[in-house]
Amino acid sequence: MKTMKDIVWYNLYLKRRRREIFVNVILFILTMLLAVCMLSLGNTVYTPDVVWRVFQGEILEGATFAVYTLRFPRMLAGTIAGIAFGIAGNNFQMILRNPLASPDMIGITSGASASAVFCILILGMSGGIVSFAAIAGGLIVAAGIYLMTERGHFSGGRLILIGIGVQAVMNAIISYLLLKASQYDIPGAMRWLSGSLNGVKLSEIPPFLSVLILAGSIPMILTRQIKILELGEEHTITLGVRINLVRGLLLGSSVILIACATAVTGPISFVAFLSGPIARRLVGAGNTAVIASGMTGAILVLLSDLIGQMAFSTRYPVGVITGILGAPYLLFLLIQMNKKGNA
Amino acid sequence: MNREKQIKIFILCIFAMILVVMASLSFGARKIGFTDVITALVGTETDTLVSRIVQERIPRTIFSIVAGSALAVSGAIMQTITRNPISDPSILGVNTGASLAVVAGIAWFQINTYTQYIFVAVIGAFAAAIFVYGIASLGYGGITPVKLALSGAATSAALSSMVSAVMLPRTEVMNAFRFWQVGSVSGAEWKGMLLLLPIVLIAFLIVVCMIPSLNMISLGDETAKGLGVNVNFVRGVAAFAGVILCGSVTALAGPIGFVGLMIPHIVRMLFGSDMKYMIPFSAVGGAILLTGSDVIGRMIGSPGELEVGVVTALIGAPVLIAIVRKSKGK
Repeated sequence: MKTMKDIVWYNLYLKRRRREIFVNVILFILTMLLAVCMLSLGNTVYTPDVVWRVFQGEILEGATFAVYTLRFPRMLAGTIAGIAFGIAGNNFQMILRNPLASPDMIGITSGASASAVFCILILGMSGGIVSFAAIAGGLIVAAGIYLMTERGHFSGGRLILIGIGVQAVMNAIISYLLLKASQYDIPGAMRWLSGSLNGVKLSEIPPFLSVLILAGSIPMILTRQIKILELGEEHTITLGVRINLVRGLLLGSSVILIACATAVTGPISFVAFLSGPIARRLVGAGNTAVIASGMTGAILVLLSDLIGQMAFSTRYPVGVITGILGAPYLLFLLIQMNKKGNA
Repeated sequence: MNREKQIKIFILCIFAMILVVMASLSFGARKIGFTDVITALVGTETDTLVSRIVQERIPRTIFSIVAGSALAVSGAIMQTITRNPISDPSILGVNTGASLAVVAGIAWFQINTYTQYIFVAVIGAFAAAIFVYGIASLGYGGITPVKLALSGAATSAALSSMVSAVMLPRTEVMNAFRFWQVGSVSGAEWKGMLLLLPIVLIAFLIVVCMIPSLNMISLGDETAKGLGVNVNFVRGVAAFAGVILCGSVTALAGPIGFVGLMIPHIVRMLFGSDMKYMIPFSAVGGAILLTGSDVIGRMIGSPGELEVGVVTALIGAPVLIAIVRKSKGK
């Protein structure tokens, strides 16, 4: 028999569910709006109507080239990379129980980037194999950081400090490779040091998308387990979740997501770092923020790219804008965290 | 630590110093033998190609000596006054702050003399140092290595995005100044050095005067107060000197990381944490490290050269990892 208390709890639960769904719908609409903006804004502004006709297959003078060949891949790459960075960042922060432990602060993103740069510039590879190399690089760096941290008991603080060190090494390696390949032009360097959507080709998108779907579905399937994980390690075991398996699956899929996105767009700074905390704040406590953080990531990337393209007389790569936009939020976050004293 | 070992290490340092200076003069796009370097230095013929090349390399070598010792001493001071083993001008974001200030000054306020560079850089360094330290000290628990490192890393990442943002639209003008993104000593000139040298010397002097008080501070604030040290005053002045050291070097060389982290640690391992040894040996060690790293950068980057900031990061970051692994728990 349902008691009063049960009914109250159930109503609270429904309220939380409604909030989660509401937030996700809003985020989805925002993503779509930004995606349309990405397609229609630029040197020449096309109305959504023209964009629609281009996708119907009509060949329009100028518009087809601009919208389909230039802006479409850019929009897709930005969206997919944003989702990938957002989901992966959120997973890392949740598992390591520290909002600062995102893969772009502790060297994993730079590891994938260094590996991709090595393959492209030194070995002359291109296409899917670069993504594999980036994944391998990301996994190796992640495993390396973990092994270096593992000494007696697991310590999140030590992992972060070691990660910052690894980050510095990886960035130095990228600088070295860029110099060695004598292609040290600033745009090229920017892509591999802070991320850019310039020059993404449509042919790069399908493999990227399939990886996103495959690796991204893992955290979606594990939503229930993630909720339990958030309760803390002891509860997880009592409630019958195989904690190491779930953790391994989540971290593995996150590294794959990060590495693949990095191979296409470079390590877009701060997206993985920011998406999770923003999304968690939006959906509120007690809800998983997997989908929300993915969409927050996409919104951050698309919005930053639009700002980078339109707002100034110079076109900035997306990574510079996310870096600058990220700064104030980051400070806010640090201050918040320090107040709680859990850093 | 007995006297004999100290003297041995001292002799070793002098030997290493001579070695890196010779290497710095001899390696480069055109390699010159050690004997030729010596003849070029002491000889009377100043018009041969070889002696010209050697003379071209002298300012750079001297600059890397000055910059290296300034950075290392700055790191030693910061580690002492924050009582934090991983304090370093680059980890604290101080170098990036100085960089951003100079780049912004060039872009918007048309500054173009070395005096202005140094002045602006020191202001930027101060702002960054106060900012990072402030953020890290918020909340309970005070300043922990993790909080300090994260605040610094995050601030540094944001500031370097801003450096990129200022520099990107001005690629032609800024190409010569690219070292403000990754530190390098290649742009050294006599003119800048003449300005840097007195600043560094004055800062060193301040630091040397503070050695006894700094030693007491490293015993703990309470003890230092009990021994009659004005803790806040000493800390403030020492921090001032430390920031001036790394800020003025960054003004001329861009952000060079990890020198200030590594050297004080090595010195501490050899001599303990007595500032009497810490300061002079950090200065010598920093000079050796930076000059040596510059030589390595020229060797592995040939025919071009790898910025010294990249080399110090490659060498220094593993040291950071080792330090973190060694420290238990936290």
